[in-house]
Amino acid sequence: MKQININNYKFLSSPPFGELEGTKTIDMSTKKVAGSEAVILSLLEEGVDTIFGYPGGAIMPVYDSLYDYGQKVKHVLTRHEQGAVHAAEGYAKVTGRAGVCFATSGPGATNLITGIADAMIDSIPLVCITGQVTSPLLGTDAFQESDVVGISMPVTKWNYQVTTPEEIPEAIAQAFYIAQSGRPGPVLLDITKDAQFGELDFEYKKCNKIRSYVPETPVDPFKVEEAAKLIDKSEKPMVLVGQGVIISNAEEEFKTFVEKAGLPVAWTLLGLSAFPTEHRLNVGMLGMHGNYGPNKLTNEADLIIAVGMRFDDRVTGKVSEYATNAKIIHIEIDPSEINKIVKADVPVLGDAKKVLSMLINNIKENYHESWLEEFRRCDVVEVEKVIEKDIQPTKEGLTMGEVVSMASEKSNHEAILVTDVGQQQMVASRYFKFKHSKSNVTSGGLGTMGYALPASMGAQLGAPDRTVVAVIGDGGFQMTIQELGTIWQNKLPVKIIILNNNFLGMVRQWQQLFFEKRYSFTELQNPDFITIAKGFGIDGHKVEKREGLEEGIQKMFAHEGPYLLEVVVEKEDNVFPMVPAGASVSDVILEP
Amino acid sequence: MKKEFIITIFTENHIGLLNRVTIVFTRRKVNIESLTVSESALPGISKFTIVINANEEQVVKIVGQIEKQIDVLKAFFHTNEEMIYQEIALYKVRTEELYKSDAIEKMARNAGARILEITKEYTVIEKTGHKEETQALFEELNQFKVMQFIRSGRVAITRDPIERLSEFLKERDAILNQVD
Repeated sequence: MKQININNYKFLSSPPFGELEGTKTIDMSTKKVAGSEAVILSLLEEGVDTIFGYPGGAIMPVYDSLYDYGQKVKHVLTRHEQGAVHAAEGYAKVTGRAGVCFATSGPGATNLITGIADAMIDSIPLVCITGQVTSPLLGTDAFQESDVVGISMPVTKWNYQVTTPEEIPEAIAQAFYIAQSGRPGPVLLDITKDAQFGELDFEYKKCNKIRSYVPETPVDPFKVEEAAKLIDKSEKPMVLVGQGVIISNAEEEFKTFVEKAGLPVAWTLLGLSAFPTEHRLNVGMLGMHGNYGPNKLTNEADLIIAVGMRFDDRVTGKVSEYATNAKIIHIEIDPSEINKIVKADVPVLGDAKKVLSMLINNIKENYHESWLEEFRRCDVVEVEKVIEKDIQPTKEGLTMGEVVSMASEKSNHEAILVTDVGQQQMVASRYFKFKHSKSNVTSGGLGTMGYALPASMGAQLGAPDRTVVAVIGDGGFQMTIQELGTIWQNKLPVKIIILNNNFLGMVRQWQQLFFEKRYSFTELQNPDFITIAKGFGIDGHKVEKREGLEEGIQKMFAHEGPYLLEVVVEKEDNVFPMVPAGASVSDVILEP
Repeated sequence: MKKEFIITIFTENHIGLLNRVTIVFTRRKVNIESLTVSESALPGISKFTIVINANEEQVVKIVGQIEKQIDVLKAFFHTNEEMIYQEIALYKVRTEELYKSDAIEKMARNAGARILEITKEYTVIEKTGHKEETQALFEELNQFKVMQFIRSGRVAITRDPIERLSEFLKERDAILNQVD
């Protein structure tokens, strides 16, 4: 038995952001270690400082080794493996580095799958390590055995089963390289228990090349020139900024690019925060619940410049009636995205940062004031028909828009926004304002309810000095409510806002608009959220009237630790504008 | 318009890769008509030959998704006209029938098939060719009740004078060195 190290023990219940002093020194020269220790050492070599996980039989050797490194790497014990994987996603989103999570075999591993699928579709780098039954038992229906490599294959960028200790360092090195390079994505390593117990000579070499894998293609200067020519002669250009700009840290180049050519910038849900909200060239959000202007004017633009985005169906609406008058420049790192949905006239393959740096030098200085004026005219219409009613309502009930907009203002637009899925996600994305990149954490492609609470924990750990605001609906909150325990145990000062309308609001909105108000199983009988939070040791407050809102939000931000603010909002409010499913973006509607 | 395409994939010889490749088809609900996997001319590199019925747009996207898999080196697609291809079929008939008349022997001779093994009970005939050809022989032989019949997946080779893979690997090395 190893001796219990009091320092390690203390760390687990002390504030998470203390000085981390190592207890076990790592000898970089070759030495014999157990496979389980090689896992930890390899993670340390990759600079991992935080692991989210949940122990169990098949991963116990790794957890035992982790015990010796408690002060070199922080492990966050979540309350469910889904919590661990979403937290790892939140961490990855704000840091740009791979989020790491541990789970045991069988149910532990299968509980990761939703989060892995979420990371796959949203291009989030994750390294998930699962324990597996000992190799002679593989395929025998052993206790807690599941074919996790098979199960996770369609939702991982790469996965691999390790059955011998010697493979561990190389497999982990490849895992990090694959997860973080090119178009990022989740990677899963399944390590059998005998590989964890067996010994190896530990030596670590970072991976920077795999013969069968080209993370990014070198930028073709001719394509850049071609793109520049189109940009120079365009009268009504529109830039669509996606997450690719954030992933490649190209925010500065992007800003220089659009400023030089005076290009209106519209953003996708995942591109949010790549470009400052208050910038004069920002024309708003694209897509189903995006802003009026960028949707309406898509079919008037003569040039679409898509940067690091993938023409999701929520963005394009009916594809055959999308951007009908425009040539398309598609700047993209993943060749399989080119022409996948929308045919590109000029595809420019490569990393956004590199492409934009070249493009800046190729384009002429320009401005498009009268074209921008068209967006502003659309804004006037939207303000009058939607925005004013959303953020300065005169009716009695509180609106989601006014809550989010005030939360943004009271945080001085400096906070990291974490949203769940549904109405609150769309409203928060529309009204929260951003000054800094990597400040928006949401489940875009998969639309995973229950994402926000655990993702906010990862975001807070990844950006300990920043305020993290999680905006969650009453439905989604109850999907991963158990993570309040993790927030409490780790003293994560997350500010949680529940926008409670006692409904699964977005489904209800669709039932109202497209299913004749047949509210089939969308009304919720909710528990007393504040009492629940208090049961977890988290302070909270419920706001039911407009008079209490400002004070409630101020109190939340002034509070030192985690805080839960429940705001009772209008039960049957709808999110507008809206591009009805199957309609063209230019048929965006402002009211029912 | 749907037609037959031959997809050729060069991959690392890794466990589970077949699954990764077939998932791409399954997800798009495209049926695989024929599949052959074996080691290519380069040691350690497997070659897949897959036949599907699809339209060109579908094939382009499928090949793109396959190439995206980490352990896949390169994927190509071709129409039947662009490749030389063969399948092999084995037929088992009763030896008794062979002796009754010279019908079976004639069929085999006309089809360019050959006899692999003759025992007291059965005779095994082998024919290579396109599916229609091996099928036609099956139907002829079946007048005498074929006891067993098996047809392989397709193997195909391009009409190009050189193996594209070695050329491709050189290019790949150049790209990888450039990215560093």
